Amino acid sequence: MTLPSPDITTDAVAGALRDLSVAAPAGLVLDTLIAVGLADGYAPIATPIGRMWVAWNGLGVSLISGSMDAAAFEAEFSDAFHRPLGRVDELPDRLARVIERRLAGDRQARVPVDLRGRTPFERAVLDKTVQIPRGEVRPYGWIAAEIGHPAAVRAVGTALAKNPIPLVIPCHRVVRTDGHIGRYSLGGPENKRALLTWEGADPDALEELASGGIRYVGSDTTRIVCHLTCRHARRITVRHRVPFRSLGDAAARGYRACRDCRPVRVA
Amino acid sequence: MDDDALLRSLADDLDGSFETLVRAHADRCYSIALRILGDPSDAEEVAQDAFVRVYRALGTYEPSRIRDLRLRPWLATIVVNACRSRAARRRPPTVPLGDEPDLVRSPHRAGIPHEHLAGREAAARWAGLIGDLPLRYRAAVVLRHVDGLSYEEMSEVLGRPEGTIRAQVHRGLALLRAAFEAAEREESIA
Repeated sequence: MTLPSPDITTDAVAGALRDLSVAAPAGLVLDTLIAVGLADGYAPIATPIGRMWVAWNGLGVSLISGSMDAAAFEAEFSDAFHRPLGRVDELPDRLARVIERRLAGDRQARVPVDLRGRTPFERAVLDKTVQIPRGEVRPYGWIAAEIGHPAAVRAVGTALAKNPIPLVIPCHRVVRTDGHIGRYSLGGPENKRALLTWEGADPDALEELASGGIRYVGSDTTRIVCHLTCRHARRITVRHRVPFRSLGDAAARGYRACRDCRPVRVA
Repeated sequence: MDDDALLRSLADDLDGSFETLVRAHADRCYSIALRILGDPSDAEEVAQDAFVRVYRALGTYEPSRIRDLRLRPWLATIVVNACRSRAARRRPPTVPLGDEPDLVRSPHRAGIPHEHLAGREAAARWAGLIGDLPLRYRAAVVLRHVDGLSYEEMSEVLGRPEGTIRAQVHRGLALLRAAFEAAEREESIA
């Protein structure tokens, strides 16, 4: 096309406008599919236990994994979800910031998560796990009781082992009912230990108490009994700390359960 | 796949067919947004936002309603509305630095180099002139002559009678023509 001469007809103007139709930018289709949750983007992030891969879409974060490399992560994603996945340079700013704040312990920071495909039971387990504060741990049996399935302790363990969004959904804060640290899907128990330590819990001390049969601690001034890592328990001064092996023992001595960490009798 | 077949498959399986819809209509939705807004990154955001609105709307429609949609004008309506809300909260216009490849990245113009250059120049120029039109003429001219909608379809998109739309397109073209000729004369005097 050449430039029209100074005086042109209206038809020539209309003709010139037809050439203003352009191709959409290459990323528009994938970005749109990501926005509606029919595809995901992914990028690496730095965490206290090393580089992790994060996949997300318009509904929220869908998968976090410590895969060896991008190809391994893509394979893991396509095993779990049947959606297209596209590599991006970095997470969207807002999402990256909210994940960072969440990992640093900011409970106001709500990371959107995409839990489509999980059963209602699995969702209930994961939703409850999100409520465990940083630096504290709860036994599997506590989750089971809190979601109204007190006998489903093993199923809780299975649901947590399949947690697609570790770190953001802090399954590392759930430990064995006997007080031992237990398994961790994101690179094994050493990572679980490292995360708990980084968050200010003391996994070695907890396991030592657990081997001595100690599960709870109370205060002889308030007569309230808590999980060992409950923030109220940690404020009890040494001379007022009373260790308990069971809630039965505590109840027998006139102690009531903490209303924040809500210890329950488990099998 | 033609639009009727596409609508039928959207009615049957929205999630399975949505990508086909986006691929089939991405260029025209983006072009409408680009020519109304003038800025490539605004246009990309608006086109994406429009498709997200489309997906959400289709998710709430009964299959029969989806099959009965008139896809081209319906999509254009959503893009034009997204452009309006973007224009309403737009930052003051900025002058882009360097050239803007997106203004002229036309799928139809993989021609020989010097023609391509002339085409780029001309397209950038017309794009600039369209940007100076008042919004009502701009939208009318873009839908009619860039996107190629009929007056009847445009009446549906813009929510005004066909006669009004015809007058707006006519007036828009006349303004463009006058602006073009004025610029040419200025250039030949200078």
